[in-house]
Amino acid sequence: MSAALKYAVPVALGIAVLALWEFLVRHYDVPVYVLPAPSAIWAALVENFASLMQSLWTTLSVTLEAFALALIGGVAIAVLFSQSRAIERALYPYAVILQVTPVVAITPLILIWVGFDRINLVLVIVAFIVAFFPILSNTTLGLKSTDHNLIDLFRLYGASRRQILMRLQFPTALPNLLGAMKISGGLALIGAVVAEFVAGSGAATGLAWRIVEAGHTLEIAKMFAALALLAALGIAIFSILSLLEWALLHRWHESAIKKTA
Amino acid sequence: MTSLLSLTGIAKTFDNGVKALGPVDLEVQQHEFLSLVGPSGCGKSTALRVIAGLLAPSAGKVEFPGGNPETAFVFQESTLMPWASALDNARLPLDLKGVARAEADMRAGRALERVGLGGFEKSFPRELSGGMKMRVSIARAIAAEPKLLLMDEPFAALDELTRQSLNDDLLKLWCEDKLTVIFVTHSVYESTYLSSRVVVMTPRPGRIAADMALAAPENRDGHYRLSPEFTTQAAKVSAALRNAMVEHA
Ligand SMILES: Nc1ncnc2c1ncn2[C@@H]1O[C@H](COP(=O)(O)OP(=O)(O)OP(=O)(O)O)[C@@H](O)[C@H]1O
Ligand SMILES: [Mg+2]
Repeated sequence: MSAALKYAVPVALGIAVLALWEFLVRHYDVPVYVLPAPSAIWAALVENFASLMQSLWTTLSVTLEAFALALIGGVAIAVLFSQSRAIERALYPYAVILQVTPVVAITPLILIWVGFDRINLVLVIVAFIVAFFPILSNTTLGLKSTDHNLIDLFRLYGASRRQILMRLQFPTALPNLLGAMKISGGLALIGAVVAEFVAGSGAATGLAWRIVEAGHTLEIAKMFAALALLAALGIAIFSILSLLEWALLHRWHESAIKKTA
Repeated sequence: MTSLLSLTGIAKTFDNGVKALGPVDLEVQQHEFLSLVGPSGCGKSTALRVIAGLLAPSAGKVEFPGGNPETAFVFQESTLMPWASALDNARLPLDLKGVARAEADMRAGRALERVGLGGFEKSFPRELSGGMKMRVSIARAIAAEPKLLLMDEPFAALDELTRQSLNDDLLKLWCEDKLTVIFVTHSVYESTYLSSRVVVMTPRPGRIAADMALAAPENRDGHYRLSPEFTTQAAKVSAALRNAMVEHA
């Protein structure tokens, strides 16, 4: 399939669906509080542009902060695990517990501990908890999947632990890490949104709260506009991370070779 | 002649109780091309890893009377770093030893040229054929100018033609650099073609069953493979290998 066609087909499909949606809503006179037409959603977006952009920025910054923390923390602890089996044995179960406990259930607790006056910090912590584990587990696996003969070779040439980590284990783990980042980027956004729903007081100002607010006042078009922005944000995060993955791997990694074939 | 390497009573029993090797006594002289042949699982790889210092023997001593030689290792797989170009791969030993980048680039580049890969410096392993990858692996081994080259069935996975051309290139390197090579192989013909000495091992735990000196392999080429002398030598190695299997079965 040619490159142009690859993008043209999904775009054309999207336009067709929107057109059909618009037509059906108008034709059957669907009330706007049930399902607004795309044109109405667009109008709501334009009308509330300033406040929605403000919320988008809030959600985006919470997501990015949580993602950055998950990345740094996940990689750092993975390095620790790869250097010491004892530490891994001791800590890994707790990482798993953190992962399997539904985050919705612990958000109220975090809210109480951190305080209602620091709602953004609560959101960042919750989003971090959700995004952290895939980075940790995949990077740990990657750091440990080094070719044994290569490790022997490094040792033969007197490499230090640090050299083995930086020159051998990190590059080996890079595909795992980049894959995990794509998952965690999306999870950080989900975490930020879920946390805001649960925290749900006037203090929060992200997109999730705009959705709740619009729901209360039956401004369904505005609700859809906020939803569309959230989806766009998710797609943007995923695309940027996919691009990063491609940029770093396409010259040498098997996964990239199959895509071009 | 001073010996380069001396093994005394070397034995290896793994933690799981497998007696893999020994006891083995072996003196290796400088500039020997020594092939190690023996049945699968008899401890050849184990012996190489002990010599390289990658594995501690359970008994015995590894000594280098003339001091620890610069040592290189070539595995059956090319064992390259897939994320690194041919040049970066060949430069690895120099990088790890802290050789300055410009000099390391130059030496690694020359090593690649010597194995016939001039012009492929920037290629990644996935862009190279199996034979070319093995050449990069050999370039990496010679980049740090080793005295002792340990090779564990390096050409076993290659087709016959590629293997023969690599055999010839290896002999050339051995000759030019005055290398001492310990070469593990399953192939009687390969060991006969390459070696100045063939050591035959018994089934596990591997001990030395026969130790045969051959004429020095200088100036060998395709003609030698067809000569009656080669056939005679190969028959001798083959017989020794069969003996080792039968007597110690
Ligand atoms: N790390 C290990 N732990 C336990 N047993 C091992 C280990 N490495 C090798 N062995 C065992 O030691 C024996 C000798 O292994 P080695 O790899 O040295 O044989 P080899 O002669 O190189 O065989 P091949 O020709 O098939 O490569 C085998 O029985 C093997 O299963
Ligand atoms: Mg072996």
